[in-house]
Amino acid sequence: GLFVWRLRNTGVRQRPCRFMHLYHVANDRLITFQYFNFLKRMYVTQCNKDLSQRAKPKSDSIVSPFHELQQLDQEKKAVNKISPISSPVHHLWSETSSRNKWRELKSTAETEDSGIPVGNESKEDRRWKEMKLRLDDLPGILARLSKIKLTALVVSTTSAGFAMAPVPFELTCFLLASLGTGLASCAANSINQFFEVPFDSNMNRTKNRPLVRGQISPLLAVCFAASCGIPGIALLTLGVNPLTGALGAFNIFLYTCCYTPLKRMSIANTWVGAVVGAIPPVMGWTAATGTLDAGALLLGGILYSWQFPHFNALSWGLREDYSRGGYCMMSVTHPGLCRRVALRHCLALIGLSTLAPVLNITTWTFPIISLPINLYISYLGFRFYKDADRSSSRKLFFCSLWHLPMLLLVMFTCKKSVLEKEDKGDLPRGSHETAMEIRLP
Amino acid sequence: PPAHSRSDWIGPPDKHSNLRPIIFYRPPEESRLERRLREARQEAQASNQRFWARHNRTFRQEKEEFIYSRLKAKGLEMRDESGQKATLNAEEMADFYKDFLSKNLKKHLQYNRDWYKRNFRITFLMGQVALVRALRWLRWRKKNVEQ
Repeated sequence: GLFVWRLRNTGVRQRPCRFMHLYHVANDRLITFQYFNFLKRMYVTQCNKDLSQRAKPKSDSIVSPFHELQQLDQEKKAVNKISPISSPVHHLWSETSSRNKWRELKSTAETEDSGIPVGNESKEDRRWKEMKLRLDDLPGILARLSKIKLTALVVSTTSAGFAMAPVPFELTCFLLASLGTGLASCAANSINQFFEVPFDSNMNRTKNRPLVRGQISPLLAVCFAASCGIPGIALLTLGVNPLTGALGAFNIFLYTCCYTPLKRMSIANTWVGAVVGAIPPVMGWTAATGTLDAGALLLGGILYSWQFPHFNALSWGLREDYSRGGYCMMSVTHPGLCRRVALRHCLALIGLSTLAPVLNITTWTFPIISLPINLYISYLGFRFYKDADRSSSRKLFFCSLWHLPMLLLVMFTCKKSVLEKEDKGDLPRGSHETAMEIRLP
Repeated sequence: PPAHSRSDWIGPPDKHSNLRPIIFYRPPEESRLERRLREARQEAQASNQRFWARHNRTFRQEKEEFIYSRLKAKGLEMRDESGQKATLNAEEMADFYKDFLSKNLKKHLQYNRDWYKRNFRITFLMGQVALVRALRWLRWRKKNVEQ
């Protein structure tokens, strides 16, 4: 469905206001500014196109940036012919690709009477296309099928887990773990898209996925998933350690067989999805150390808690699509719970950050330095809880996008160095025997 | 799609169901297995189309009714002075969304089960067809090489 969002003149959101005003400006200036605007917006929204439907940061509809730019180029010419639209009241907000935004603004008039258009199609989309696979399209199609950007984010959380482990850094292990996790993530995402074709068709955010558009057959999608998943898990089990492999396999199972069907059955899917998102850093840790200790669980816990403000804030704006598509999400069925949980977990992040030095993972500077950003996200969480409107949900969502990378970065810089631990005699590792020897009487 | 084409063609999303219709190509030398696959896909497409078209229409109708009743309660008309359609804000619509979702949950559960079964069956048939074709091609190549 369309998400009609009334523009408020107070201009809470700067970009949309500018956006609307631009339509009354000369066309060529309009194009370049709009183009720039879109790039900006694309950048912001593309960072975590988690946009609902995922707890494991396996966001969707991530068309590669180059693809988007090319489309924009073509559209630039098309837009030149548009006369300023004089029915500006309906500003259609969709969290899909910027291409959709162009189309929607082009045809605000049409949308009122048609069925429930999920965004509007461009001329290209209205043509009939041959269902033949072209090899040069294949990389792009597979990238979209595997939600490559989300996979990249997942791999980066895994490397954060690896980096935080209190062991000397091993490059080969790191690379193998990252590759294995990336492959596992591709597999899981592909299966997820395979399961969700008719639902994706009906939601604004997801209707441009390869399977929905018939660019690839379901058989090929499954084969691709298998050819990513099996080597990925094998790589983790044999190249890293069995524990990491087991976690990877379990995560794929959890995402495809638990989270995906559960999305349409009960709101518990959000919690399952949060676990799915929490496992990759744990995998990174176990890849480095080979054991599942408190530090791994703490990192997992931080990611787990982060999922809630992130996802709940996002899902607040997509309630119509969820309701029509039949997805059971807290934002639709239990809105109060949705906001409470988001706030609760923002506060939990503060607690978990304080726990880090207690478990000897970081120094005490970590909770101190991270306090401002944790307090800020908690404040936004509180505002979301109180106001329960679009603007507070968006603020919280966008905050969560930069909050996590910053938190992990700060955590890494405050990491308790291996040497420090030696001095305290904490590390009972063979290679540090020299340090221990000195203490022997 | 052109008459000489030997592949399936997929069209733009349907106005009511948002699903993309596919026109399946029927080769003259279609085997029984391939026919089963094509029929399964056609059947699934028809069933999906029916479900979503009806579902979306119901959604639209109920949404209109809801907006109308709420506006009535507030004492407003459907269109204000400038001729714009009056709408409710997201928070007011939230009640409707919640209601609609819970009303249709059972329908969705049933549909999910059907869809998953169909999807697996179609994909499995695709696999079988692909395997048969691959074997046929290998046999043909072997024959050619021998000649």
